[in-house]
Amino acid sequence: MSQHPAIELVGIDKSFGAVHANKNINLKVEKGTIHGIIGENGAGKSTLMSIIYGFYQADRGEIRIDGKPLTIRDSQAAIAAGIGMVHQHFMLVENFTVLENIMLGAEGGQLLARGASGARRELKRLETDYGLDVDPDALIEDLPVGKQQRVEILKALYRSADILILDEPTGVLTPAEADHLFKVLKVLRDQGKTVILITHKLREIMAITDEVSVMRRGEMVATRKTADTTVEELAELMVGRRVLLRVEKGEAKPGEVRLSVKNLTVKDSRGVTMVDNVSFDVREGEIVGIAGVAGNGQSELLEAIAGIRKPAAGEILLDGQPIANADPARLRALGLAHIPEDRHHMGLVLKFSEYENAVLGYHRDSRYGQAGFLDLKAMQAEAVEKIAKYDIRPPNPLLKTANFSGGNQQKIVVAREIERDPRALIIGQPTRGVDIGAIEFIHRRIVDMRDAGKAVLLVSVELDEIRSLSDRILVMFAGKVVGEKTADAGEQTLGLMMAGIAA
Amino acid sequence: MEFYEIIISILGSTIRLSIPLLFTALAGLFTERAGVFDIGLEGKMLAAAFASACVAYLTGNAWLGLLGGIAVSILFSLIHGFASITNRGNQIVSGVALNFVAAGLTVVLGQAWFGQGGRTPQISGEARFSPITLPFADAMRDVPFIGPLYANVISGNNILTYLAFLAVPITWWVLFRTRFGLRLRAVGENPGAVDTAGISVTWLRYRAVIVAGFLCGFSGAYLSIAQSAAFIKDMSAGKGYIALAALIFAKWKPVPVMFACLLFGFLDAFANFMQGKAVPGIGEVPVQIFQALPYILTCILLAGFIGVARPPKAGGVPYTKER
Repeated sequence: MSQHPAIELVGIDKSFGAVHANKNINLKVEKGTIHGIIGENGAGKSTLMSIIYGFYQADRGEIRIDGKPLTIRDSQAAIAAGIGMVHQHFMLVENFTVLENIMLGAEGGQLLARGASGARRELKRLETDYGLDVDPDALIEDLPVGKQQRVEILKALYRSADILILDEPTGVLTPAEADHLFKVLKVLRDQGKTVILITHKLREIMAITDEVSVMRRGEMVATRKTADTTVEELAELMVGRRVLLRVEKGEAKPGEVRLSVKNLTVKDSRGVTMVDNVSFDVREGEIVGIAGVAGNGQSELLEAIAGIRKPAAGEILLDGQPIANADPARLRALGLAHIPEDRHHMGLVLKFSEYENAVLGYHRDSRYGQAGFLDLKAMQAEAVEKIAKYDIRPPNPLLKTANFSGGNQQKIVVAREIERDPRALIIGQPTRGVDIGAIEFIHRRIVDMRDAGKAVLLVSVELDEIRSLSDRILVMFAGKVVGEKTADAGEQTLGLMMAGIAA
Repeated sequence: MEFYEIIISILGSTIRLSIPLLFTALAGLFTERAGVFDIGLEGKMLAAAFASACVAYLTGNAWLGLLGGIAVSILFSLIHGFASITNRGNQIVSGVALNFVAAGLTVVLGQAWFGQGGRTPQISGEARFSPITLPFADAMRDVPFIGPLYANVISGNNILTYLAFLAVPITWWVLFRTRFGLRLRAVGENPGAVDTAGISVTWLRYRAVIVAGFLCGFSGAYLSIAQSAAFIKDMSAGKGYIALAALIFAKWKPVPVMFACLLFGFLDAFANFMQGKAVPGIGEVPVQIFQALPYILTCILLAGFIGVARPPKAGGVPYTKER
């Protein structure tokens, strides 16, 4: 082809101290295509994109835009070169209007009034060209996440970006919002824009990209035409070994009811009813999955069962014993383990060492010390055991927890809760921000718990995860359980229920 | 004294006591809106008061005194910026340190240079900002009701007073109508958004602290060469903190800041007036009650009784590019 690639990287190399984040990366992205970049967390995808966007300078190597070598010193230079970036965590000012956010950095003069009318007109044009409608005078904080993302895309287009980089764009979106995003991306491509999509979700790569490049441990290991590859091949390239994408598990053998929720109502801190008269049972030896779009009461339900939030009404029973008013320490003593949804806010103290987090919540136990003193040796010895058993890397119990990758942090939490041999286990988002190798491992553990006769309640916004792990699926919508399905229920059926359309 | 005259007198002193608060609170508005906490307002004001008094005494020119105050205050701002923006130090620690430096240094230098126990010599005439009599003030004095208000409250203040009130709409305009203001507000909420838009977070925050230094220069000069006629040890007397309280009370908005400063100034004036007087039915109220009111009101506000005060989101957090 005579046409130059939209963007070409030649021998890009970047180290942060001892960490070699990008090793001799070569990449060609053709114009008018959607190019996926896939890799596990920490594979170096984000670093690479930050180099393209001028956040960091490469130690070596060259970036060519439209065939011309270019030094990108800062984001200003990247914008000038026609590169736009949609960050994973939106770079929006929440109490600004859409218009103000779009104008920020491209105000068109010292006075705002002068640029504003032009910006409005341009927004209108982008809206009709790409189907990206959004009210310019709405405040960002009032917009749903999907619309906020649209503002990010508009920001890039407003600066006349020809190359659009999206970093993990679907992480925060509902399935419907993600579908809409993909439609928008296709329109952009068809209008001649080049899209680079960074993700660790194989399904998205298969659904939307034309070409895909795989990164592993800082290296670009392969580039494939999406049509010529398979999910299995990509997964193997990502991890470097064969991966089981489906959890293999036998028939469940449910026994007695362990955990029982009766007419439970939970309100959030503003007094809004988030869980509305919900009842269900979890038996020993089964996994009950709760599906739903984030924010439909699952978090509050988990918190109520875990003893973090007091229910407004209703009962929670563990082995027939009421526990609705027990605190988390008492619940742990009774054999209810909790893997919280957000390991950073609830599961771990990131500034603590690994071994301290490995006993957190169980630190009053006599095996970790007597009379108010901690037995650090015993704690560390046990941490070393868990590290070996769960393959936590790096295998150093003294390392600060913040320095572990997301997957390894999650393993620390999972090991802590599972290794106490609880009677019942409640789990929120077990694999959020966790790489594919660790996902496989954590899923295996959860199934093992079931097979060992524990009652498992699983909440996840990843429908795939719910479907592959659960024996029964409850769907929550607007605080209510709108239906129960077996594990073989179709994705579409569940999706409609999650949207509150069918029961 | 006749009731109306009392009111006029209290209002007059309300204005006088509000001005240093107003300059200082507007200074804090610029830095805090840019995401830099500025507990060092007090120190900047004090250092500027000292510098203004020194320069005004030596040159005999009030305007040069003001410039001297501004220069020293901006220098303090730059130190705060260097510690907390460039080196990402803790903004509170840096601010408190500057307050101590100002409190100590002014007295030491004052004693070394003038040998009057930390005071500067009395200044007078051209070296001070004197009250200005607005047109028709004397003619209007006898007009009932309006007359005394115009002659004693609105007229008869020094030029800095009028500049302080002028600074309010200017601040509003800069903040909400200019590119600089948009970026300043953005950097205090989400510096990442500013950085990814290709704007330097560091330079933007430096400009904010420089503006704050500029405004604190005015408040310092007001204390030593407009309201008084010399620098006196610790003459800022916690006004920097009250200004900060006013800023929070006004939810970081320019026009409410003006009203908050007037309210706190009024409380101060009222406290002075009530000194030694008995409240009917209660008896003599300790003047400290009134002096504590600005803080008490701010606490009540922060506790959420008078709406929610939402500080700039990135306040107090040094900006680092995330990996």
